[in-house]
Amino acid sequence: MKEIVEKFRPLFYPRGVVVTGVSQHPGKFGTVAYHNLIACGYQGELFPINREGVESFGRATYKSIAEIPKGRADLVFLCTPAAVNEELLRECAKTGVRAAFVASAGYGEAEDGAEMEKRLVALGRELGIAIAGPNGQGLISTSVSMCAQIVAPYPPPGPISVVSQSGNLASSFMSYGSLTGVGMSKAISCGNSAMLQLSDYLEYYGEDPDTAVSLAYLEGVGDGRRFAEVARAHTAKKPLVVVRGGVTSAGKRAASSHTGALASDDRIFSGVCRQMGITRTETIEEAYEAAAAFATQPLPRGPRTLIFTVAGGWGVLTSDACVNAGLELIPLPEDLKAKIDTMVPARWSRNNPIDLAGGETRDTIPEVLELMAAHPDVDAIVYLGIGIQASQAQMFRRGPFWPDHGLERIGTFHESQDRRYALAAAEASTKHGKPILIASDLAYTGASYANTGPAGVRESGRVTSPSGHRAIRTLARMVAYSRFRARVRSNEH
Amino acid sequence: MSFTLSEHESKQLLRGAGIEIPDERLVESADAAVRAAEELGFPVALKLCGRKIAHKTERGLVRLGLSDATAVRAAAQSLLGARRSDDGDARVLVCRMVSGRREVIAGLVRDPQFGPCVMLGLGGIFAEAVGDVAFAVAPLAPGDAEDLIDSLQYKKVLGPFRGEPAVNRKALAAVLESLGRIGAERADVRSIDINPLIIAGDRPVVIDALVELEGSGA
Repeated sequence: MKEIVEKFRPLFYPRGVVVTGVSQHPGKFGTVAYHNLIACGYQGELFPINREGVESFGRATYKSIAEIPKGRADLVFLCTPAAVNEELLRECAKTGVRAAFVASAGYGEAEDGAEMEKRLVALGRELGIAIAGPNGQGLISTSVSMCAQIVAPYPPPGPISVVSQSGNLASSFMSYGSLTGVGMSKAISCGNSAMLQLSDYLEYYGEDPDTAVSLAYLEGVGDGRRFAEVARAHTAKKPLVVVRGGVTSAGKRAASSHTGALASDDRIFSGVCRQMGITRTETIEEAYEAAAAFATQPLPRGPRTLIFTVAGGWGVLTSDACVNAGLELIPLPEDLKAKIDTMVPARWSRNNPIDLAGGETRDTIPEVLELMAAHPDVDAIVYLGIGIQASQAQMFRRGPFWPDHGLERIGTFHESQDRRYALAAAEASTKHGKPILIASDLAYTGASYANTGPAGVRESGRVTSPSGHRAIRTLARMVAYSRFRARVRSNEH
Repeated sequence: MSFTLSEHESKQLLRGAGIEIPDERLVESADAAVRAAEELGFPVALKLCGRKIAHKTERGLVRLGLSDATAVRAAAQSLLGARRSDDGDARVLVCRMVSGRREVIAGLVRDPQFGPCVMLGLGGIFAEAVGDVAFAVAPLAPGDAEDLIDSLQYKKVLGPFRGEPAVNRKALAAVLESLGRIGAERADVRSIDINPLIIAGDRPVVIDALVELEGSGA
């Protein structure tokens, strides 16, 4: 086992967690964190600390850390005032704690807290305790059902791990993880990054067997050389998706040389992303969508794309997006055209995008999806318009005639068909090792609406993009990363 | 604290790092300039060259396309006469004329976070307006230089373009890789600006270069 995996084990896989500042007051951070750990079913032991030993949520607390049996807790969640944390950490070290998440504020971010933060780091080093934070909102690790946070979002288990220099954005990504059902392995808000830095977490995620894709929000990279090295090692194995906020100008460097005049921080950061195979997006929605696609779809081998649509306009717009994104909207292969000719009436598009113009029967769409995915000239497929028929079925259900006049029979048929299409797309994609990205505006409503199209995509473990444009952007990112991986491989030989 | 090497010194530093630099002569008189031009072959370009001379074009200290001894002599006399007291040691640099319709800028910067970074950009009169420039952290790993070339927005210009052949990518990549090595190995090099790097036929040729070093230059 790699050293770094061992180093982070007490933080993300603790056998027990000490929570300080737990009380009967449900507004206090310690109480909230304790509540969230219980509510999400943390699999290890909990050791709530209350100086007076009063119960919390009807459960007994420990008056001091010294009362905790030795060797049972690996992690302490500190949300007590900064002034008492040093003493608490010393006691924790004696009982065997090796990692601390410091949620408490009043450190480097506070006017007079810089000295306190320095002492916190020094103490962590002295005691052999890895310190996350301070001034962070917490962390989750779904493998041990741990929600050690002073905020709520807690996604189901999944393949993505998040590190964020903003607690809010960690929450956003976790919310997407819940909404899409793709879930998450770990998430941590770095806080002030006094000891453990963003690059440290990324280095760990790169080696962590439970993380398939990393997703980071950052504002500053700290030691840029280390960030670049960590990213290079990470992306050689698995995708890293990054959103950067707070893009600044670099007027200072402009000075004497012309090169300097053209340079700016963010251009250099863009260069680092390109060079190190980092997938960078401007928005968190696209970052999450890219991460989810990486985590749930095979990587495309190239840019040769087929668009499959149930309606014209979507196909037209998505074709434009496809070309603009630098993907290849291939001419429809002749043998594929000949096969589809035998399956549907002649009014179908006979071109890429493939539009069956309503000529399909019961099994046509799953069969066409399979044919497209199997074709050797095709690297990727974008499937537009899932859920339309199921939407009509829902209208039938809401209308005054359901279930009579044949509405129930046709409505349930359409609902089962749309679900079947979603599952067939995932099956063909997995079987042939090619991405099939599904886009539908119903993605926004799929969860609450229970439209069987997007619900079927979710059931297949995948994500519906909210538009063809977004699916294309995600696909272009997958193609770029696939190229990067090929470049890394060719340079290894 | 930093100082700038003269154009000639800058090019010698680059040559030492393996970057191909066309033959040139640094001379102190009009007679010597004529002899140098005859050795190099006409037409030539003359530039006033010294550590303190930064804005040659703006000060009119560049004479291009000089095709005979008379023109070279006159240009050399005029450049030497244009020296100012604060120019320090300034001599005349005689270079063979190189022509090409495409220009790029290549360089090295030190980013406060990412350290030495190689830069490549489209050159020419619209360079700053277009701002087509890309960076990579130095030193460059195999494939990084080619990737840097491909990341230019208007990389088409470097392919077969308006009757010009495609740029020799290996040669351009070699320049970028050398810049990356300098960045990684020489902490005293604060920045490098090769501007322009003219594409003559398919070869990138260093026409002007400025290297900024740490220290006072004393």
